[in-house]
Amino acid sequence: MLKRLIIAACASAWTLTAVFAADLNIGLSADVTTFDPHFVAAQPNLTAQKHVFDTLVYVDERGRPIPGLATWKTTDSVTWEFTLRRGVKFHDGSELTTDDVLFSLDRTLNIKGSPGGYATYVRPIIAKEIVDRYTIRLKTAAPYGGVAQDLSEVQIVQKRAAQNATGEDFDSGRAAIGTGPYKLVRFARGSRIELARNDDYWRGRLPWEKVTLHILPSDPVRTAALLSGQLDAIEHVPTADLARLRKDPSLRLEQAVSWRTIFLHLDQYREHPPGVSGKDGKALERNPFKDARVRRALSKAINRRAIAERVMEGLALPAANVVSPSVFGHDPAVKPEPYDPKGARQLLAEAGYPDGFRVSIATPNNRYINDEQVAQTVAQMFSRIGIETRVDAMPLSAYFGRARKRDFGIALLGWGSLAADLALRSLAGTTNPEKGYGTWNWSGYSNPELDALIERSLATVDPRKRETIARQASALAAREMAFLPLHYQIVTWAMKKNLSYAARTDEFTFAHHFKPR
Amino acid sequence: MLSFILRRLVQSLLVLFVMSLLVFAGVYAIGNPVDILINPQADQAEIARATAALGLDLPLWRQYWNFLAGAVSGDLGRSFVSNAPALHLILERMPATLELALTATLIAVVLGIPLGLWAGLRPDTAVGRLIMGGSIIGFSLPSFWVGVMLIMVFSVELGWLPPTGRGETVTVMGIQLSILTWDGLRHIAMPAFNLALFELALLIRLTRAGTREALGQDYVRFARAKGVPMPRVLRVHVLKNILIPIVTVVGVEFGSVIAFAVVTETIFAWPGMGKLLIDSISVLDRPVIVAYLLIVVLLFVLINLIVDLAYTALDPRVRLAGRSA
Amino acid sequence: MAAGFARDRIAVAALAVLILVLLSAVFAPVVTPQNPYDLAQLDILDSKLPPGAKSLDGKSYWLGTDEQGRDMLSAILYGLRISLGVAVLATVAALAIGMAIGLLAGYAGGWTDGLVMRLVDLQLSFPAILIALVLLAVTGPGVDKIVIALIAVQWAYYARTVRGIVLVEKGKEYVEAARCLAFGNARILFRHILPNCLPPLTVVATVQVAHAIALEATLSFLGLGVPITSPSLGLLIANGFVHLLSGKYWISFFPGVALLITIVAINLIGDQLRDILNPRLGSHYGA
Repeated sequence: MLKRLIIAACASAWTLTAVFAADLNIGLSADVTTFDPHFVAAQPNLTAQKHVFDTLVYVDERGRPIPGLATWKTTDSVTWEFTLRRGVKFHDGSELTTDDVLFSLDRTLNIKGSPGGYATYVRPIIAKEIVDRYTIRLKTAAPYGGVAQDLSEVQIVQKRAAQNATGEDFDSGRAAIGTGPYKLVRFARGSRIELARNDDYWRGRLPWEKVTLHILPSDPVRTAALLSGQLDAIEHVPTADLARLRKDPSLRLEQAVSWRTIFLHLDQYREHPPGVSGKDGKALERNPFKDARVRRALSKAINRRAIAERVMEGLALPAANVVSPSVFGHDPAVKPEPYDPKGARQLLAEAGYPDGFRVSIATPNNRYINDEQVAQTVAQMFSRIGIETRVDAMPLSAYFGRARKRDFGIALLGWGSLAADLALRSLAGTTNPEKGYGTWNWSGYSNPELDALIERSLATVDPRKRETIARQASALAAREMAFLPLHYQIVTWAMKKNLSYAARTDEFTFAHHFKPR
Repeated sequence: MLSFILRRLVQSLLVLFVMSLLVFAGVYAIGNPVDILINPQADQAEIARATAALGLDLPLWRQYWNFLAGAVSGDLGRSFVSNAPALHLILERMPATLELALTATLIAVVLGIPLGLWAGLRPDTAVGRLIMGGSIIGFSLPSFWVGVMLIMVFSVELGWLPPTGRGETVTVMGIQLSILTWDGLRHIAMPAFNLALFELALLIRLTRAGTREALGQDYVRFARAKGVPMPRVLRVHVLKNILIPIVTVVGVEFGSVIAFAVVTETIFAWPGMGKLLIDSISVLDRPVIVAYLLIVVLLFVLINLIVDLAYTALDPRVRLAGRSA
Repeated sequence: MAAGFARDRIAVAALAVLILVLLSAVFAPVVTPQNPYDLAQLDILDSKLPPGAKSLDGKSYWLGTDEQGRDMLSAILYGLRISLGVAVLATVAALAIGMAIGLLAGYAGGWTDGLVMRLVDLQLSFPAILIALVLLAVTGPGVDKIVIALIAVQWAYYARTVRGIVLVEKGKEYVEAARCLAFGNARILFRHILPNCLPPLTVVATVQVAHAIALEATLSFLGLGVPITSPSLGLLIANGFVHLLSGKYWISFFPGVALLITIVAINLIGDQLRDILNPRLGSHYGA
């Protein structure tokens, strides 16, 4: 059956748009909503836009910042000096200068009707000073080590083209003048993006003359399009099709551990978390999740390997840290809790719940890979140790709003971050709106020791010292079970045999990183 | 006539008003789109700023008032996620949807009427019964499941047709059309047939019933007894008799076909406005949801109007009644 | 005559099938090998097994398993329960509401009638799916929400039917006679007019149940319907969609067959009822 399917799908003779050696057709998994690079900080948009626009700081395959349009140094703990490469040309031939950089940084804060996003990266910078044509000095209010990482998200537009430009101007390409490897030819919203090589690209000539990014959010469709030969490569190989693509001799896969960690938040601050009750439906005397033994029992009940292998079809690794292995601040000494249902029952009994209780896991059903399936499987596993578990799945549109209102006792969340201290600030820092701590800390977990570590780490400008402290914070959060990590996602690209791709932990798909073999 | 059109217009304005109010309040109650769109690293202050930038911090009635004020001048607001006017986004996708709906209607008419005639003329033959049985199944099949099965059979098993998407387009008078290219035809075949299925079943039943009724009429029996050849009887008497209900149903159903395109577009990844609606619902992009409804309601008013006019033109009795009234 | 008999035979067969479907849905907890909603009974290690495969502890999965290791046969029968339950509940509620409004409009006449009928006409000029979509978009998904949406799209059909009959019956002699005898309005309505409404309403309701099932399935397929942990047939089909290309057809195919059989049976019976009672009824777009 399978073999026949493969042959059939390959034979399915889609009219091939004449394939030249210098063309590259890539299938993307999510819609690109606009070509304005500062309108909304959404990864699908960034994926497409970063073909056209550059950033001061690049991020390498492992998620570490490296020099992009500029190199940088810190002159004191609050001053960052960025020096531009000389001779970098925009698509219209004019030279990139610090004027364009300053304009781009300011523009992120001044777009009408924007749901924001980029402001987060730019707001910590309180003063910007142009030293000369190639040097710009940025100052933060307090020592903050994340400046370089943050600027890897802010794309540099050309001041002349982008001044007074509307979203439509970017979409049409009029204002989409960058220094990136490709020029925007056509942005057909919801369908595809056509790009042409920038022959003056500062990093040298690229193999692909014409690149088309096809928007194919439906998983089976993306796979079918690759199998039919219509595409050269696809991103985010669906778990359901992985085995089949792996077997196909005309294709190859590239994989990396993603920066995204999937975990459960357990309400640890209220007396009566929503959805948690005795098996008779009556409220429990106290919140069981406040007891570390119960949290440990739940963690032991989860067969992380089974989730990774069965639900995720191998596209996941059991997790222990807040960030995945290659990311800044990951502590390799922290190991995933081994599967031990017997030990879990014992711990539950010790904590005073020999017969378990009743909980409900809330999960989005359209956000992370197989999210509701993962939640259901965890529910199966909790049920095995006597904790009656329901799953409350809903679309993202309803989920985040309700989670912010703290409507859930147990909630599933995925987090992609390039630094453990930044992730912990949002996820496990004591909620403090003024300081921006604990914005996503749905657990209500609060530990002054952890807060102090996060604060110290973020305020350390020297990357090596900062990582040491960030690791300590990661280890502490894991030890205390501020939340229960489930798995790190593995991200997969599938492509024709004659291509290679440097798989990236940050999940970005860049045509300029595909190489002929 | 004029007063009739005016009444329709007032009615539809009322519908638009009620619908927009409902959608406004409803989407507001579900959640804040900023929660979905915001950069995860953002702090509360940033979330509040973004909420204000989208005008979502205002009391609901103020937001609605602002919308109404804009709508009167033809501005339906900008999409929260696309940085483009909502109306523009809808109109951009409309040709794809209309193309799909028209092709589906064409398939239903071209197949449905002959099959219905056959079943009506020979109701007791095996073929006649087969056609009727088929129409019952076509009536009952949930269209999305048929879509799934079509993909499985024609794309996966047989490999004849591309599973999804819209084919190559050519620009005709500024509109992108895909039915004029071979690639486009191959892409539209499955979704259009899928979408046509229900109307096809409906037309078969309608034509069959109409044919049988006409054949039982005295004038038809008389004509046949007189020796008028069957093809002529069919053309002159039977078809004329069933034309009016068919035109009405095709017209009225065209609206349904457009609404149902939402499902078909989702299955076949057809880049039409129905798919845009589903996508917008999932990110709470309210301006686009409201704009979609507005356009669709207007489309419906237009369709109903055309159907009524066609009806008047085809049926002399209606015209007479209209004149005397 | 022969054709009539054949039709009868088909209708009888349809009735038998429907009764079987209803029985297996009602007694699903007794006849199924597994309770698919009890997560403790599922084992992820049994997931995605093909039809006929055996579980780790030796049970047979006749129709295979889904991605949670749920026995498809059990899931389909339980799903049938949900699909039928939602549709019947919504239809009965819509029937009651529509009937009440139709009776009121037809009996009261005047501006009440005008207003109600304007509303009915307006609603019927929009396809059911569109109205349901809008409602679910603003209320969010959920079983209760979908029931409300199905009621909202159905009531107008009943209101129109009932009102038409009331207008006809009102003019008849026995109602006039009852009026002359100074019977109360309520008595006239319930004793005399209502019984006349029941046959045509039965036909409309039968057809509407089929439409409601299909509509619920469609909405669930679009992700706007029932929750994943208690999937209806439509959601089962949607869940299997992603596995179709990899050849795991059974997750999507069998629930579809069950859905088809149920709807065809109901429609055939509806057709037969229509022929017997022969009211002039239009049909409408369901799904």
